Amino acid sequence: MTWSESKQEKVLAIVSKHEIRQTRLLQILREVQDEFHCVPKNALEIVAAELGLARTKVEGVVQFYSLLSLEQQGRFHILFSDSITDQFQGSRGLMDYLSAKLGVKPGQTRGDGKVSLGFTSCTGLCDQGPAGLVNGHWLSRLNESRIDRIVDLVEREVPVSSWPLEFFHVEDNIQSPGLLLQSPIDQGEALKQLVREGFEEIFMEINRSGLRGRGGAGFETAWKWRFCAEGPEDYSGSSLADKNERFVVCNADEGEPGTFKDRILLNSYAHQVFEGMTVCAGIVGAKQGFLYLRGEYLRLRPQLEAILANRRAKNFLGKSILGRNGFDFDIEIHMGAGAYVCGEESALIESLEGKRGVPRVRPPYPIDRGYLDQPTVVNNVETFAAVAAIAAYGGAWFATQGTDKSKGSKIISISGDCERPGIYEYDFGISIAEILMDCGAENTLAVQVGGPSGGIISGKEYHRKLAFEDLGTGGSFMIFNKKRDVLEIVRNFTHFFAHESCGFCTPCRVGTTLLKNEVDKICDGHATSLDLVGLSSLAKFIKTASHCGLGQSAANPVLGSLSHFPQAYKDRFKDVVFEPGFDLDESLETARRMSARDDPWAHLEQ
Amino acid sequence: MSENTLTIDGKPVHFEDGDTIMEAAIRAGIYIPHLCHDPELKPQGNCKMCEVKVNGRNCSACTFPAAEGQKVLNNIKELNENRRIIVQMLFVEGNHLCPGCEKSGNCKLQAIAYSVGMMEYRFPLIYPKREMDTSHPDILLDRNRCIFCEMCVRAGREVDGKEVFAISGRGIGNHLIVNSPSGLLKDSLLEVTDKAANVCPVGAIIIKRHGFEVPIGQRIYDKKQIAEVSVATEKVLEEKVHG
Ligand SMILES: Cc1cc2nc3c(=O)[nH]c(=O)nc-3n(C[C@H](O)[C@H](O)[C@H](O)COP(=O)(O)O)c2cc1C
Ligand code: SF4
Ligand code: SF4
Ligand code: FES
Ligand code: FES
Repeated sequence: MTWSESKQEKVLAIVSKHEIRQTRLLQILREVQDEFHCVPKNALEIVAAELGLARTKVEGVVQFYSLLSLEQQGRFHILFSDSITDQFQGSRGLMDYLSAKLGVKPGQTRGDGKVSLGFTSCTGLCDQGPAGLVNGHWLSRLNESRIDRIVDLVEREVPVSSWPLEFFHVEDNIQSPGLLLQSPIDQGEALKQLVREGFEEIFMEINRSGLRGRGGAGFETAWKWRFCAEGPEDYSGSSLADKNERFVVCNADEGEPGTFKDRILLNSYAHQVFEGMTVCAGIVGAKQGFLYLRGEYLRLRPQLEAILANRRAKNFLGKSILGRNGFDFDIEIHMGAGAYVCGEESALIESLEGKRGVPRVRPPYPIDRGYLDQPTVVNNVETFAAVAAIAAYGGAWFATQGTDKSKGSKIISISGDCERPGIYEYDFGISIAEILMDCGAENTLAVQVGGPSGGIISGKEYHRKLAFEDLGTGGSFMIFNKKRDVLEIVRNFTHFFAHESCGFCTPCRVGTTLLKNEVDKICDGHATSLDLVGLSSLAKFIKTASHCGLGQSAANPVLGSLSHFPQAYKDRFKDVVFEPGFDLDESLETARRMSARDDPWAHLEQ
Repeated sequence: MSENTLTIDGKPVHFEDGDTIMEAAIRAGIYIPHLCHDPELKPQGNCKMCEVKVNGRNCSACTFPAAEGQKVLNNIKELNENRRIIVQMLFVEGNHLCPGCEKSGNCKLQAIAYSVGMMEYRFPLIYPKREMDTSHPDILLDRNRCIFCEMCVRAGREVDGKEVFAISGRGIGNHLIVNSPSGLLKDSLLEVTDKAANVCPVGAIIIKRHGFEVPIGQRIYDKKQIAEVSVATEKVLEEKVHG
């Protein structure tokens, strides 16, 4: 089949817009997908040939990211968030409604090529769900009447750019601002301080602040930067360290279901985030930075580009920043394409290089060998926002808040069963009970702190505190009331990990699917107490043997619920010792058809 | 103790600078079970069969750098039980019908399964639908038996200097793809003498027309434990490649 010249031209134009660089492969494929509603085979071949890559490498990338597809999708591609909070708000029922109206099932493209439907892990709108995406753009607060209007727009083929703006309206929803959100810095304030006081002095302020990474692991930010600045090995200040280029990466993948605080920071505090990255670049000596923005946050991109342009115009970015010789730095935005694992810093770097997001072997760590094998700092969005504030207001301003081991404040995103979901910022050390009170949560059965990869806690533990030394969180705080079924939560989370496993290592690739099947068996009432023994040993194995943090936390929902809510499991068990994992009667179906029998004796009861 | 020494299960082992624990072990004639490691290929660390305890922490021996004074535990109950779980996972993930498989007796997965005492699947079979590629005149690709060790992928790139195989998909949906316009092996650059065609530890890549030359029962691992075979063959290769 020959491909029309105009289509070829389009693909070539996309590739050359990205300067025919292999590191831009994922960016190129995203644009191809936008253009054709899939990555057509012909386009794949053109991209491979132009970039000098094997076609298999390109195909491997397409098949890795959920937002790319080899199969033709509809001109309107609608995805619903499958996060547990959306499910509890009725998203599955709404999908059935939409699917019936449009006459196409989730996972399929309608015959006329107009529309396709599907689910996605999380859209970062858990506080204003049920939510979804249409051609990559947020849809918030879905309900039947909104869906009726969407169906009408789709059938009349009204381009998404002309849909009512209210459909895409997303609020910051800041319910309770604290240390950072209450006192944003003036544009350029931190940089002026940096140039005035000197890099070493500001580094000391960051060190004094005790700031630890806000992305989850809580590594000390100052230390990370020092390692990166010093270079791959201890060259004791020799000039070898200077030979390396360095990179600064802002991790805005925010893929943990229930986390949406980076969305607010990027929507309303982006100057401060970029300023924090620039401070970091000055201190570690980086010339190039990247904002790795999750694919689902596409809508934020134009305004972020505008802010970058504005900062360049003010010489907050570019050459000789604020007149300081040699202080050159710029930031590029890279979009993700639907892969939770790309939040893991080494997978993120692979993705930045245009590859499949498979976590690297560590050591070496990114601070030694990161992007293009050069020393790279990866920090969370909130970490950079805090850095800018600390540079402007001083380390002490920050360090006097919080606890001894967890200085400063934490921004959390609250979703689920409460009166006032949204963004809350607290000094570290606040108790779970206080948070629940603030957001108007009643009859709370359980709180999931830190998202699916974090932990579930029950009523007995609401005195516990938010802090690295007690309950750490990247920002996800999901509340479930007593009407909710713990096992449905576990099932949702376990499906999430099976869907998001990169597949590199055996324990996680196979283990997450086995866990999923086992939890399904329990939820569907086919399990017995014997299954529990196997379940917990499987879970422990996955936790200890997996290659990266995804696999290592994939069994947390099972392990946590087994220890906090054992009764939930027992309630589902059958009163027999063994129960097969398949339906005995259904397995006889073929035999019945072949023997043309359907009498009672041709059936088995389970 | 002299410099550059660690211990594996209490036994002192010398290592060269830059060695991984696996490389040091192979040189010293100590067997650490492995499915995705080959001295000639860049270590990748995907199968997790070689997990050992280094000063109490679980690490993949094939990728973890050897260092002075490390106390490595390898042949212990806890780790061997983990290894049994890994083979069981690999068995249920694919479609492995050993009695009808040409690789039986020469297969490393099967051999390790025997050596760690695997007596049952333990997990429900997943029964994936996977494609077979019989197009190549000399080489058969049966994806049903692929364990995603990526040895064929790396061998092509690093030894044969050809881009033939790659992994596509994600998670449990991973699958092996072939670099050719048709996606078929016959249109790829793969030749029967390539390392990529001969490196597969299981029966996913099979050389045609040599089936059953050696009868089942008299094959490599029918006669010897995999530990013995591995030590004997890989030490030579390791010394050839890394000195
Ligand atoms: C599966 C997985 C997903 C992750 N997702 C994110 C994320 O979305 N955002 C983030 O900042 N860190 C994420 N992390 C943590 C990063 O690997 C890394 O520790 C962090 O970006 C470092 O920044 P910080 O020190 O400022 O926290 C994730 C880790 C894992 C294992
Ligand atoms: S590849 Fe190995 S384990 Fe799989 S069927 Fe063949 S002999 Fe058995
Ligand atoms: S075909 Fe064989 S060598 Fe290649 S990845 Fe699969 S199991 Fe490994
Ligand atoms: S597949 Fe990612 S941790 Fe194993
Ligand atoms: S041999 Fe080390 S992970 Fe496979």
